[in-house]
Formats: sequence, C-alpha cells, structure tokens
Amino acid sequence: MAELDTSSGSNRKKGPGVKKSKKMSTRVDLTPMVDLGFLLLTFFIFTTTMSLPTSMNLYLPKDTDNPEEQNKIKDNSALTILLGKDNNVFYYEGILDNNNASTNFRSSNFGLGEDGIRSVILKKKRSTDDKDFMVVIKPSDECTYKNVVDILDEMTINVVKRYAMVDISDVEEQLVKATEASGGSN
Amino acid sequence: MARAKIPRKSTSIDMTAMCDVAFLLLTFFILTTKFKPAEAITVTPPNSVSDKAAPEKDVVLITINPEGKVFLSMDNEEKKEIVAETLNKEKGLNLNINAFKKAQFFGTSFSKLPSFLALDEEQRRGDNIPGIPCKDSVNNEVTDWLRIIRSAYMGSKMNLLVKGDNKSKYPAFKNVISAFKKNDLLKFQIITNPEAVPIGSELYRQAKAAVK
Repeated sequence: MAELDTSSGSNRKKGPGVKKSKKMSTRVDLTPMVDLGFLLLTFFIFTTTMSLPTSMNLYLPKDTDNPEEQNKIKDNSALTILLGKDNNVFYYEGILDNNNASTNFRSSNFGLGEDGIRSVILKKKRSTDDKDFMVVIKPSDECTYKNVVDILDEMTINVVKRYAMVDISDVEEQLVKATEASGGSN
Repeated sequence: MARAKIPRKSTSIDMTAMCDVAFLLLTFFILTTKFKPAEAITVTPPNSVSDKAAPEKDVVLITINPEGKVFLSMDNEEKKEIVAETLNKEKGLNLNINAFKKAQFFGTSFSKLPSFLALDEEQRRGDNIPGIPCKDSVNNEVTDWLRIIRSAYMGSKMNLLVKGDNKSKYPAFKNVISAFKKNDLLKFQIITNPEAVPIGSELYRQAKAAVK
C-alpha cells in the first residue's frame, strides 16, 4: 500500500548539468494512522465522564432555644412530610392531633401519579397563601439519604421557598411505623 | 470472444479526510476527559435537578458510605498541615505530618489515627476502615474535626461538601448535620448527579419564563 513511485516518468530532456532526481510520491498511506486514531478515540470516549457532579446548596437554620426567635408555623398552611422506610412517604396538613390522626395522616410516594408527593405539594401550595406556605420535612431513622435528597429536590422542583428539616417526634414515628406495618397505603 | 477491457481501479482510498476527523475527535476527547481518581470509598450520590457545578478548590468533603460510615477528606495541603499540627498539640497524637498530608481521607477515631496513617495506601479502603465515630451527639468526633478544620480555614473560603450514598440511612446524615450546626457551619453543599428538570413542573415553567 505504501507505494513509492519509482517509475522515473517520462524521460524529459534535462539541461546539461541537471541531475536526474527520482520523483517520489508525496502520498503516504494513512490507514494505520487512522486505525490508531480511532483506537485512541474509542478509548477516550469510553473513559470520559461528560457529566460532572453538581451540588445543591443547603442552608441550615441556627439552633435556638429562645422560643421567640423561632418561626411559628401557621396552623393550616403547613405541610408536614414524613419519610419512612422503603421509600414510603407520609404527610399531613396543619397540625396532627388525636382527633384528626386517622383522616389527616395520609400516605404518598415518590411517584408522579395523583397521590405522588409532587402533586400533594403542588395542591397544597396552590390552596394556601404563598406567604404562609411552609413545608416541614421529618425524616425518620429508617429512611435513606436518597429519600432526603429527593424530597429536598422536590422543594426545588416545586419552588417551595420555605421549608425546614425537623427531627421526627415519637408520636409521628409510631404512626409511621404502624401505618407501614398495616400495609402502607391508607 | 473479444472482451471489453475493464480498467482496473486502485483499491487504495484517500485516508486523509478520515484521519483528520479521527484526530479532531480524539483531540476533543483527550482535552475534555478527566480521569476519575481511584476511589477508596465507593459512593453513588443521588440525583438532583441542580445544575451548579460542584466546587473543586478548598474542599472539605464528608463522605457517607452505604453502611453509614463517615469519612473526611480535604484537598488543601497547607490547611491539612495546620490541622495535623493542631491535632498533635490538642490530642497529643504525635502524628506524622507528611503522612497526614498525603492521606486522601481520614476514617478512624482520633486515637487510632496514628496507626491509620501507618497503613499502606492500598489498605485504606472504605470497607476495612471503621469510619469517624459520630453515632450520637456525645461522642461525635466529626464535630471536633470540623472545629479544628474551621479554625484552620479561618479567614479564607471553605467549601463544605457532603457526599452520601443513596443507600445510606438518614441517621448518619443527621449526625453529620448536627456536627455542622454545633460549629455554626450553616451553609453546605450536597454532591449530586445532574438530572433533567421534570417537564411541566413549576421550576420548568420558571426556567422557561426566564429564557423568554
């Protein structure tokens, strides 16, 4: 393939004293070079990581013991989301007490359906005053880190401006456990 | 029978153009590629819609592996030296400062740190290292680490990052956060993998409105 043009072409008449030089073809066979090029190319395509890790900011509130400095949640404008094990999500609106525990405490999931947590958040957001709307996230000890990040991400997706992460209370934990034990959904 | 003579065509094709393309792409991929450093701790971070690139300088990274073990790593060697000196002074650990600077991550209690640094790089893997103890608020050594690191970074910017595995349980994360709170480090970033904004969601509409 890598041919050298050795044919001395037409014997043109040269002037006296002009040496007859062999004419070499300037064409080089590039096939091996292309082979090498594509080999390396394949290697780099496979090893490259196009998506760099991203980061989401999270600001923590300062812990304060002084009740006057703490933000108060208005009774009905808050949505509390509880994270259970096996990607279970539970929520209630406003305040949970013994009277309304059976009706107010509902289960949800990370799906996109009607009872998915996204539509729950949106529904609540639309029905309450934007100033007062607040989401309280209470992850239980059983939920995974992914669940927590997912729910924080839901806040970004649904443009919830005020949300807080709070430790779960014993009552709520019991309720989550009991609901999970009884078969989950409602 | 007289046959028409078919002119013989050369089989060699001009490869120059193909070669050009191949090397152009090759150059592109060589320049854009970035090798992942071999990770001693394997962690798969969750996805998020955030599109902010994670910072790369002055990083203080807290890693939570699937079993909930907590590891700490820093990239700034000068600060590491300060941290090592402070540790030696405060806890009397007698650490080898050079080994401390070279260590990619830390994952033991303070008392075991000298023997951890004596280990080979190969042996320091997430599986056989106990992790920094932070099980409860009483014995939370992450708080101590952060206090020392924070004073080392006094006056300069420090990027506090948390990288957790999908499968790790929440309590480990909670304990790390409570260590942050105790040190008044109220701003931190969570490392995630990028994900597309769901079509039709509020954020999607907002982003579209901003473009128009």
